[in-house]
Amino acid sequence: MIDVFHAVIDPDNLFLRYAFIMGGLASISFGIIGTFVTTKRIGYLAGAISHSVFGGIGLALFLQVKANLAWFDPILGAILAAIIAAVTVGLVSLHAKEREDTIIGTIWALGMASGILLIDKTPGYFNLSSYLFGDILLISSKDLLYVGCLDALILGVCVLFFNRFFSVCFDSEFMSLRGINTTFFYLLLLILTALTIVLLVRIVGIVLVIALLTIPPAIASFYAKRLWQMMLYSILLCTLFTWAGLGVSYSFSLSSGPTIIVLSGAAYLTLLFIHYFFKKK
Amino acid sequence: MHNSHEIILAKVSFAYKQRRILKDVDLVVKKGEFASIVGPNGGGKTTLLKLILGLIKPDKGKILIFGKAPDKARHNIGYMPQYAHLDMAFPANVMDVVLMGRLARKTLWFSKKDRARALDAIDEVGMSDFVNTGFNELSGGQKQRILIARALCSDPAILLLDEPTANVDHQTEENLFSILKKLNSKMTILLVSHDIGFVSKYVKSVICVNRQVVIHPTTIMNGALIKDIYHGDLKMVRHDHRCAKEGHIND
Repeated sequence: MIDVFHAVIDPDNLFLRYAFIMGGLASISFGIIGTFVTTKRIGYLAGAISHSVFGGIGLALFLQVKANLAWFDPILGAILAAIIAAVTVGLVSLHAKEREDTIIGTIWALGMASGILLIDKTPGYFNLSSYLFGDILLISSKDLLYVGCLDALILGVCVLFFNRFFSVCFDSEFMSLRGINTTFFYLLLLILTALTIVLLVRIVGIVLVIALLTIPPAIASFYAKRLWQMMLYSILLCTLFTWAGLGVSYSFSLSSGPTIIVLSGAAYLTLLFIHYFFKKK
Repeated sequence: MHNSHEIILAKVSFAYKQRRILKDVDLVVKKGEFASIVGPNGGGKTTLLKLILGLIKPDKGKILIFGKAPDKARHNIGYMPQYAHLDMAFPANVMDVVLMGRLARKTLWFSKKDRARALDAIDEVGMSDFVNTGFNELSGGQKQRILIARALCSDPAILLLDEPTANVDHQTEENLFSILKKLNSKMTILLVSHDIGFVSKYVKSVICVNRQVVIHPTTIMNGALIKDIYHGDLKMVRHDHRCAKEGHIND
């Protein structure tokens, strides 16, 4: 761990410093949005959104090369796909009377498959695994700016509408009886989730996003008595897992995304076991 | 429009997936009423409640609450859902839950006045010692009292309760009804009950729902009437006596 510390302060290792800053900054958004996703129990919707992101990335790469739309950055495609997916799965979950899970599962798979087909048809070589499993070590200063802006947006909206989101997650039927448009706030929450996922994809990739979004809040829920406490603990835990994962992956030359997920997943299951065991006693 | 009639349903029908749940229902609930909505499962009790709340719209007929459409009258209705519908792992304390009753279109953050009203409502249901307790640490009966406090927070003229007597013991139910009795002096109360054999002595009328709706004063509730609702021969459980080993003692 000492050599990780030296590596971080080494001016030649700018990428590593970026990675640590990115991990810390992103944890703010993950902790807040992850808490809502966990308490509202929409991890499955978040999964569908994250896999649809791949369709958007594929479309952007395809159009960049085939249609000469150089400005159509993969991140733009990802944001677009994520927002469309968020609104779609949100409306499906509200209005589908039956087979809600099948419809959402279809959107999930369709997004992923169309992304791969579009990349197949795009000339050139693309490192798919960096999208699927993340590559925090490729992060640029531009990404840090994006995440900083996202944090500001999420903090601002969530502080302003904290009580609205609280009610949407706890008892949205009662909230609509108070004359408040629950659909609007539910979809807003899903769109914020979508934006968070897009930036998360840089760190842990499409496939592993849901884990980093839901594991820290799940651990936090063991100890938190109130929603804001759960958010605070989630932010701290998420930072801890990301930094520890980065340190371990640097020291042992492992992929950063899977290392972060293995650490946080193992911590969650261990704590779950301990809680279950002591509760039984 | 007579202004002592708070809830009026005229020829209301509602079907779900071709299954007719309510047919040509007429109902008038007067101000100050304390009524229990009873009937078999699937008979349309919850549907009736949701129609009055404006959560669903009737296929036919008209519903007026204080002379207005249900979704326009909502802010005058307090609603207590079944606590079993809520997420028991949700991190919230009693105050967080009760403050939801102060939600309004313009309220983004709760004011001191909102907090004071919430504390009053918690006091009204006798839960002042639990303001900072986690909602999921409470017993079933305590949770229901907190959900009543949440409904009271918006100073409703009508209080609707969905199965407040489900999963609570007799003593808890008694406490609950004595709270409701007190509230009845200020507001009209309608509650859904899964239990027709027992109606609290405080209930003034019984609204029987089984596709059709009939309202009866509690005094004429008898075995023939129950048979009529359930379409079968049933024995009525009497709760107006004391039980002893050697048999029933009437008092």
